[in-house]
Amino acid sequence: MNPETMNNIIFLIPLIPLIGAAVNGLSGRRVSNRVVHVIGCGSVLLSFLISVLGFFTLLSIAVPSRRVLIQSVYTWLSAQWTGGGFMVEAAFRLDPLSVVLCLVVTGVGFLIHLYSVGYMAGDRSQARYFAYLNLFTFSMLVLVLADNPLLMFVGWEGVGLCSYLLIGFWFTDVEKARAGMKAFIVNRVGDLGFFVGLMFLVWALFEPGNPEPIGLSFDSLAAGMPRLLDAEPIWGIGIATWIALLFFIGATGKSAQIPLYVWLPDAMAGPTPVSAFIHAATMVTAGVYMVVRLNFLYLASPVAMTVVAVVGALTALYAAVIAVAQNDIKRVLAYSTISQLGYMFLAAGVGAFATGIFHLTTHAFFKALLFLGAGSVIHAVHHNDMNRMGGLKSYLPVTYLTFLVAYLAICGLAPLAGFVSKDEILFSVFTAHLPVPGLAFMLGVLGLAGAGLTAFYMTRLLLLTFFGSFRGEPDQKQHLHESPRVMTGPLIVLAGLTVLGGVLGLPAVTHLPHFLSNFLNPVLERSGAGVHQSGAVALEVGVMIISTGVALVGILIGWYLYSKKPTAVETLANRFTFAHRLLANKFYVDEAYQALIVKPVMKLAALSGLFDLKGIDGIVHFTSRTTTKLSFLIGWEDNKVVDGAVNSLAETFKKLGDAAQRLQTGRVQHYLYAMVLGIFVLFIFRLLI
Amino acid sequence: MIHDHILSLMIFTPMVGFVLILAAPSKRPTLIKTIALCATIPPLVWAARIYFQFDRGTSNFQWVEKVPWIDAFNIQYHLGIDGISIPMVLLTALISFICVIASWNIDKYVRGYFSLFLLLDTSMMGVFCALDFFLFFVFWELMLLPMYFLIGVWGGPNKEYAAIKFFLFTLVGSVLMLVVMLIFYFGSMDPQTGGHTFDLTLLANQGTHQSFLQDNVLRWSCYLALLIGFAVKIPVVPLHTWLPDAHVEAPTAISVILAGILLKMGTYGLLRISYPLLPDMTLAFAPFVAVLGLISIVYGALCAMAQKDLKKLIAYSSISHMGFVVLGMSVFTNTMAINGAVLQMFNHGTVTAMLFLLVGVVYDRAHHRDIDRLGGLAQNMPIYAAFSGLAFFAALGLPGLSSFISEALVLIGSFPKYKVITIAATTGIVLTAGYFLWTMQRVFLGSLDERNTGLPEINPREIFTLTPLALLVVFLGFYPMPVLKLIGATLEHTVALVLKNGAGF
Amino acid sequence: MPFNLSSFLIVAAVLFTCGVFTVLTRRNVIGILMGIELIMNSAGLNFVAFNRYMPEAQTAAGPTGQVFTLFIIVLAAAEVAVALAIVLALYSKLRSIDVEKFHELSG
Repeated sequence: MNPETMNNIIFLIPLIPLIGAAVNGLSGRRVSNRVVHVIGCGSVLLSFLISVLGFFTLLSIAVPSRRVLIQSVYTWLSAQWTGGGFMVEAAFRLDPLSVVLCLVVTGVGFLIHLYSVGYMAGDRSQARYFAYLNLFTFSMLVLVLADNPLLMFVGWEGVGLCSYLLIGFWFTDVEKARAGMKAFIVNRVGDLGFFVGLMFLVWALFEPGNPEPIGLSFDSLAAGMPRLLDAEPIWGIGIATWIALLFFIGATGKSAQIPLYVWLPDAMAGPTPVSAFIHAATMVTAGVYMVVRLNFLYLASPVAMTVVAVVGALTALYAAVIAVAQNDIKRVLAYSTISQLGYMFLAAGVGAFATGIFHLTTHAFFKALLFLGAGSVIHAVHHNDMNRMGGLKSYLPVTYLTFLVAYLAICGLAPLAGFVSKDEILFSVFTAHLPVPGLAFMLGVLGLAGAGLTAFYMTRLLLLTFFGSFRGEPDQKQHLHESPRVMTGPLIVLAGLTVLGGVLGLPAVTHLPHFLSNFLNPVLERSGAGVHQSGAVALEVGVMIISTGVALVGILIGWYLYSKKPTAVETLANRFTFAHRLLANKFYVDEAYQALIVKPVMKLAALSGLFDLKGIDGIVHFTSRTTTKLSFLIGWEDNKVVDGAVNSLAETFKKLGDAAQRLQTGRVQHYLYAMVLGIFVLFIFRLLI
Repeated sequence: MIHDHILSLMIFTPMVGFVLILAAPSKRPTLIKTIALCATIPPLVWAARIYFQFDRGTSNFQWVEKVPWIDAFNIQYHLGIDGISIPMVLLTALISFICVIASWNIDKYVRGYFSLFLLLDTSMMGVFCALDFFLFFVFWELMLLPMYFLIGVWGGPNKEYAAIKFFLFTLVGSVLMLVVMLIFYFGSMDPQTGGHTFDLTLLANQGTHQSFLQDNVLRWSCYLALLIGFAVKIPVVPLHTWLPDAHVEAPTAISVILAGILLKMGTYGLLRISYPLLPDMTLAFAPFVAVLGLISIVYGALCAMAQKDLKKLIAYSSISHMGFVVLGMSVFTNTMAINGAVLQMFNHGTVTAMLFLLVGVVYDRAHHRDIDRLGGLAQNMPIYAAFSGLAFFAALGLPGLSSFISEALVLIGSFPKYKVITIAATTGIVLTAGYFLWTMQRVFLGSLDERNTGLPEINPREIFTLTPLALLVVFLGFYPMPVLKLIGATLEHTVALVLKNGAGF
Repeated sequence: MPFNLSSFLIVAAVLFTCGVFTVLTRRNVIGILMGIELIMNSAGLNFVAFNRYMPEAQTAAGPTGQVFTLFIIVLAAAEVAVALAIVLALYSKLRSIDVEKFHELSG
């Protein structure tokens, strides 16, 4: 397609799902489910088709560095002042990086929408479900396509909102609703980091006296990097490092890394397709996407890069350890997701951005497949507890086979997609040059250990679910059934993608082009990162062999413990009670957060409320009471003293009057006496003077 | 002809309704309500006209009317609007109209209620249009009377207490304002007539009073007095405690007016009076004002979290959100923050109006607002829950809804000036998310309480009151420029003026 | 003892004193009225006596004193008529002509 035309229709990619969401959301229960399904899936499919169009349009542009299409839809917000200004466009940016993500979001998204049609059949509020799902797709696409961090933040929080709505989709269950709330609030803590980073960024980019308004487009940010590097450090830490780390806090929230990963396992309360879509394939990868998108920023700060890598590696191992002791099939997968996301950050942290995106893509395939497979299992047995499953492979053959493919991929066995991308990460780590000597090697070892554990817990999951004999209620056996075709179809497609996904980034040893790396190169070119290192082929082969070996060891141990000698697990658990309890309770991190953060904040809130009521209002009441008392006092004084004088005067005259009154007897003769007496007195008076 | 007096018409049309209602027989409540409704429609139409004809490129006052009023004291009937007042005028016209509809179920002393309501409408519109300090003060005080009775007569169980508390707090502020007004009157000289003046446009010119009001102590006392007067209205912690009580007791529509419009008068007063008249003190007090904003944001949010009464919770959230306005108004190195602040005044007006209308809906049905006794309402009132969800998420600043834009502008704009304060203020965002979601959870989610199964779904009249606000909230989230364009030029001028005049001392 | 002005004045003074004494001491309203008549007559006697023994008065004003006395006699008659009517009214109301009983005007 003509790039010009494509440039004008980028906005349709997010807009169509939004329209779908609006139509489904506002129609309520008035339209039939069929219409809802068509609108819900159709809008995402349309988006996908436009994304594909965009992909080929970009490919058709011969010069890789010009493969950027930016559509500015309108001026979103602006403020002018003397000697400056701030202007943010609602602009979408279609470049190799965002188009890959768009394809993943809409492609995998479409498959999951389709799967949901089967999974949610029978639910009362499907219109609401599909509206949320479409709204999520919209938000995610805004996040991916946004040309500035502020618009990205709209998508960033938008996906959080949809995650909240979908986790608590069955809101009549308080626990599920609470899980949604937890997800949103933990995410908000991360988002705060993102936003504060944004504040730093705008401040650092502002040049006094430059009348050009500050724009936040990624191009202008990249162009402003020198200014950032020159800026005065705050508290001894460079501005670039501050910003990069703050943004990374946002990433740890959204992508469930240490220390903000706690919401993701609880988020499994949502419908399983949601877990597959939001909490495995797309939303949780937003953090990785963001780090890669801002690669120029991270490359400007080796400290931040190291932090990203270390956090990624630690999370990869830590989550894998916890996954070992979980019995809820979805929770195992959730911890596995956290762990895999750790690998992506590890890759990004050592500068292998393209590799991170590669793993993001393959992970989207195989993890979505795992979740959808788990969903299919749950659809059949109606619960999540692996202890009450077993032997399901004969009842759910398609689910089993596709699940097996994903299992092999996540364990990292050649030649599946997971193997290729994970090996690339480990290879990048071992060859990375980090500021701390020996760190790269340690991180690599952590990654390898995580890989071994991954193989172990996935084997455990597979064996407990599909092998052995069925451990549920005996009468349930009759009802075990394979899922309908609308659900198995997406599984098969995803299985295909999982098998073939590795083609996107063939290892150097094959001497074939690494498609994804080359394609993403223009986005990462400025930084010089992402160029696939084809040098140390021998090392790459070595890493492959070691990692495969580690994976095989994990699988073998798993097979030994859960298939060959099931009693051994119990022996182990009894032997190491403390460790077992620690693992089963996820290191008590939730409890610690509850006690150290949630409780004190609630207490502070209660105290504030009380202070407001007793303290501030107390002062107000005290003032009013004092004033009232004072006025009583003055009133008394007024009564007694001022009024008293007046009254007593009146009283005197009254008494006088009373006395005088007696003179008037009404008897004529008395008056005459008085008259005569008067005359007499006057006489005497006259005579004397 | 009409065009020249459009502001007077907007102010006094409700007054005509007031007279008509007094003349109407009290036994015909529907007639009275209809008159009230008809009296609020023309201002809405004129507001639309003002919106389309407003010249966005200038900071001058528009639709100016100037007639001598009391010649002996050189008091003028001087009206006019600029970018600071126009969003408030539009908001007042809209909210008044909505509130009449929201008051349709009033059945006690209908005539008294609606006549006082229209009086209130007149005074609010007057405050936002007045350009003469005296006229401003008259409208400001005029508003107290109907508000006092509307809370004191039509309020909840503790209405007398709330009404008196509201009245006294506001009166303290008014008295301080009165003193400052007189100081400025006697300290000023109209360059044309040589007499004293109340004209705010003249007083904004420092030359009219600079030589008389040179004493620094006097100047900061004046600023502080005005600040206290306006801070009571905003309200700023620790002068806020009248607000929760007034809200809890006031009838729904009056809460909406109170939070939607009256609170903005405080910040509006600062922008219209304090800033132009005392620019040097404005700059000197700015960090103090920023700290006040921060305290309001965080403290308001914490208090909101502790509330069990739904309406009280929203009242505290108002305090928290108005804190952003205060914070944004304390920055003069750029106009992002102040643009955000004025935009937040408008956005908070719409969002909080929605919130209070929504509380009214549940109160009308359940006859209590105790959060713990509600629960699972999303099951039998899905449309209501949807509206509430929208309002809650707008209030907690979800990007894509209107409040986000204003809060983001305030925070981004404040950061270069007050780094620590701004970062501390962002914690308010997390707390806000916390208590709104927790409230959402307790009121709408979970299993439906038996006591609440009979509550009927929101009715068309209530939907009608909420819809325009909901549309505004969503629309301004995606496209805030309509408002930003209205206010931009004036705020640029205001900030430049404060910097220019303030530095001259 | 020759008659001169003083002798007439002495008689008038005695008459006046008797009249005042009667008015002050009598409890009977009729008695008081009679006392008043005495006082009036004493005044009349004085007028006549002064008119007779004061030559300058005779030339300047003619028989003014005599005329005055005639008026006094007429007035006294009229006064007695009114007073007796009042007494009758009082008597019909209070069944008494004792002045001590008439104290309705007391304060």
